Amino acid sequence: MEPLARLGRIGIASLERLGRGHLLLLHIFSGITDLITRPRLLVAQLHSVGVLSMLIITVSGLFVGMVLGLQGFYILSQFGAEETLGVMVAASLVRELGPVVTALLFAGRAGSALTAEIGLMKATEQLSGLEMMAVDPIKRILTPRFMAGLLSMPLLAAMFSAIGVIGGHFVGVGLLGVDEGAYWSQMQAKIDLHEDIYNGVIKSIVFGFVCTWIALFQGHDCVPTSEGVSRATTRTVVHSALAILCLDFVLTALMFGE
Amino acid sequence: MVQMRTMEVMVGAFMAAGFVALFFLAMQVSNLSSLAGGDGYQVTARFDNIGGLKVRSPVAMAGVRIGRVAGISFDNTTYEAIVTMQIDSSYNTIPDDTFAKIYTAGLLGEQYIGLDPGGSEEYLTDGGKISLTQSALVLEEIIGQFLFSKAEEGGGDE
Repeated sequence: MEPLARLGRIGIASLERLGRGHLLLLHIFSGITDLITRPRLLVAQLHSVGVLSMLIITVSGLFVGMVLGLQGFYILSQFGAEETLGVMVAASLVRELGPVVTALLFAGRAGSALTAEIGLMKATEQLSGLEMMAVDPIKRILTPRFMAGLLSMPLLAAMFSAIGVIGGHFVGVGLLGVDEGAYWSQMQAKIDLHEDIYNGVIKSIVFGFVCTWIALFQGHDCVPTSEGVSRATTRTVVHSALAILCLDFVLTALMFGE
Repeated sequence: MVQMRTMEVMVGAFMAAGFVALFFLAMQVSNLSSLAGGDGYQVTARFDNIGGLKVRSPVAMAGVRIGRVAGISFDNTTYEAIVTMQIDSSYNTIPDDTFAKIYTAGLLGEQYIGLDPGGSEEYLTDGGKISLTQSALVLEEIIGQFLFSKAEEGGGDE
């Protein structure tokens, strides 16, 4: 009987968490109207979520693009198809690596910081303090962070892909001697604005939504102790990574599967 | 206050960099620039078999891309494929007896329409028809013909 009861407890607890997560999301959305009247809150969060993530995103993008250039050249030259290096680099970046790697880095860089910040606010009773002053902490603290994450992710993913394409160009054209015209023209011929780029942007918006939601929920829902905050931060990264990779499969199947 | 100002500038730079990256992806990486507007004129051609031709396949003349396939439909009465091509308006001096063939770029590449100019003084205009066409080469058919001719040769020898 005991194992069955334990399974039931786990089921009820996770369902309850899921419900709380959605209620929190609704509450966050209800704060958007207040946020419009105070855009400064959003600017500050865009800075900490977006601007401060820019360095890691651009540097990783550059190196991922350069590695794609090297690996792609190695494989493609065996078929005498080095000219299609641009297509390979751009397609893999725009469709998959751009949104997914950016989201993983975003969860590690910005998501964990959001969870830790909000968890500490809860642990030091700053959130309750706001409530005492008749300020809704969710609308005031969580909504700007959520919107900042939602806005930053697609921009960061676009930067990642663009820098990656340039990195691939640097390695492929600059070091390995692929024809410059072929690199760009093959890319332009094969990469479709709707099929590839729009779908990549949609993916990154979805990932931004999910990552920020998980980070904020974990922070807001954590046990208000130092151990609880550390656990919540770990959970943010793990859950975000799992959610990103699973959702990526679902989105890819919906978008590119016939 | 000063700190808020620098923060605003940095956020502005971040947003601008993001949009520049999106713009770069749209213009430099994708085919948006080669799509540039819907200007141009449409001509149609009938083919017995279009092979693997698709909408948006290139239309080339002397190897230079001058347009794209805008639509493919099927004629129920003649059982032919009707291919509508969108030719860029700058290429408006294509003779009306131009010959349209479906080629394959490389051995396994995508298929495209190649136009060989005729000698007519009249030019194709919007809604014009190309009457001289050659179907796509279907590899199985060629192999079949080759085997057939081989078999006939063999039969002649005996």
